[in-house]
Amino acid sequence: MSAPANPLYRLTIALVLSIIVMVLDQRTQWAAPVRYVLGALTAPVHYIAHLPVDSGQWLTEQAQSRSSLLEENRRLQRKSLILEQKVQRLAVLEAENVRLRELLNSSADLDANVLVAEIIGLDADPNRQELVINKGSGSQVVTGQAVLDAQGLIGQVVEAGPLSSRVLLLTDASHAMSVQVNRNGVRAVLAGTGQVGGLRLLYVPDTADIQEGDLLVSTGLGQRYPRGYPVATITRVRHHSGAAFAEISARPTARIDRASHVLLVQPSELPERKPQEVTDEG
Amino acid sequence: MRDDRPAGTGILVVTLLLAALLEVIPLPEAFNWVRPEWMLLVLVYWVLSLPRRVGVLWGFFVGLYMDVLTGTTLGQWGLGFSLGAFIMLLAYKRMRVFTVLQQCAVIFLLVGSVSLLAYLVQEAVGRTLYPPYTILYSSLASAIVWRPVCALLRWVQLRFIVR
Repeated sequence: MSAPANPLYRLTIALVLSIIVMVLDQRTQWAAPVRYVLGALTAPVHYIAHLPVDSGQWLTEQAQSRSSLLEENRRLQRKSLILEQKVQRLAVLEAENVRLRELLNSSADLDANVLVAEIIGLDADPNRQELVINKGSGSQVVTGQAVLDAQGLIGQVVEAGPLSSRVLLLTDASHAMSVQVNRNGVRAVLAGTGQVGGLRLLYVPDTADIQEGDLLVSTGLGQRYPRGYPVATITRVRHHSGAAFAEISARPTARIDRASHVLLVQPSELPERKPQEVTDEG
Repeated sequence: MRDDRPAGTGILVVTLLLAALLEVIPLPEAFNWVRPEWMLLVLVYWVLSLPRRVGVLWGFFVGLYMDVLTGTTLGQWGLGFSLGAFIMLLAYKRMRVFTVLQQCAVIFLLVGSVSLLAYLVQEAVGRTLYPPYTILYSSLASAIVWRPVCALLRWVQLRFIVR
């Protein structure tokens, strides 16, 4: 057996290629097509890896007895009744809100266009808080779209492949967003910690009126997330004498670790505002 | 006369895809730290047994696939895997005469250094949050599963005639 020809030569090519691709991926958008094409090849792997979970759910559903199904049905009907009653009130409130907004000369559509997707993969890398969903650009998913569950925001789409997309969670260490306290409107930056269910508020003055149990809602600033969705609740506020900022931890309201389906908010819902027009007016 | 034409590329790709499946299959949180680097192990096996066919460029493309699969910086694993394949190309004759323990030690060092390289890339783009010593766990797990993986792939190679 002769030795393989010139591995050093090929290594040089591979190293140079790797570095070029890394720089392109970090600094430009040019690596996106590579990701898109390879994404079509990785999506089936994610789908298959999720099969055991799917079939487990299917088996559980099949094995449920008639009585427990009837019981569940009754429970859901009761819940639906309560929710419908709440929605009736909401319709009135929404109409009132729109009227008030018109008075304030601003418009915002509260009714969101949503798309339902299923979570088919969690990131195997323990230091990244990401998940994979089963809708891609084929279903009009675009990068930057907000992702929520029934309780609140989960994160945003950072990579839309043809068949699946990757969602960056609020709790990822590289994620931060603008929020405000629902009680009094105090604004702050909410950042992830990299731990499951761990969030913290950054740069909050020691004297700011933020208490444990306060609900944080999205402000819509930054144009990524729609405004007014619940994001997190404050779990702990600590004041350090001598430190400039308070140490505030929060927990997402969404059940990120338990959700199996998520909602994607269509970006058309975000108000189109061009910064130039604002400066022209002002 | 021995037939030396390449064959079984499909099988080779299938084994790599199965390894990709093992990379992303959902596991409890605690097990994620000890998940062996399956794709690297399978790649190393093929480099060792078919050094003239599977080499550095295979490593690069398998690594690129891994990058898209796990959503890391494009080229992060491409860099590591091509370097890993290169090291194995230099050492494949020695690996064949090594004892089991020696082979496992080499795999431990190889997976450790490739993961460390990936860690450094993540560090450079500001995405690390885990202490680097956690690399030891996955390297150790890789070294432990190396022999079974090797035996399984050996069987696949003989059964489906990959050369």
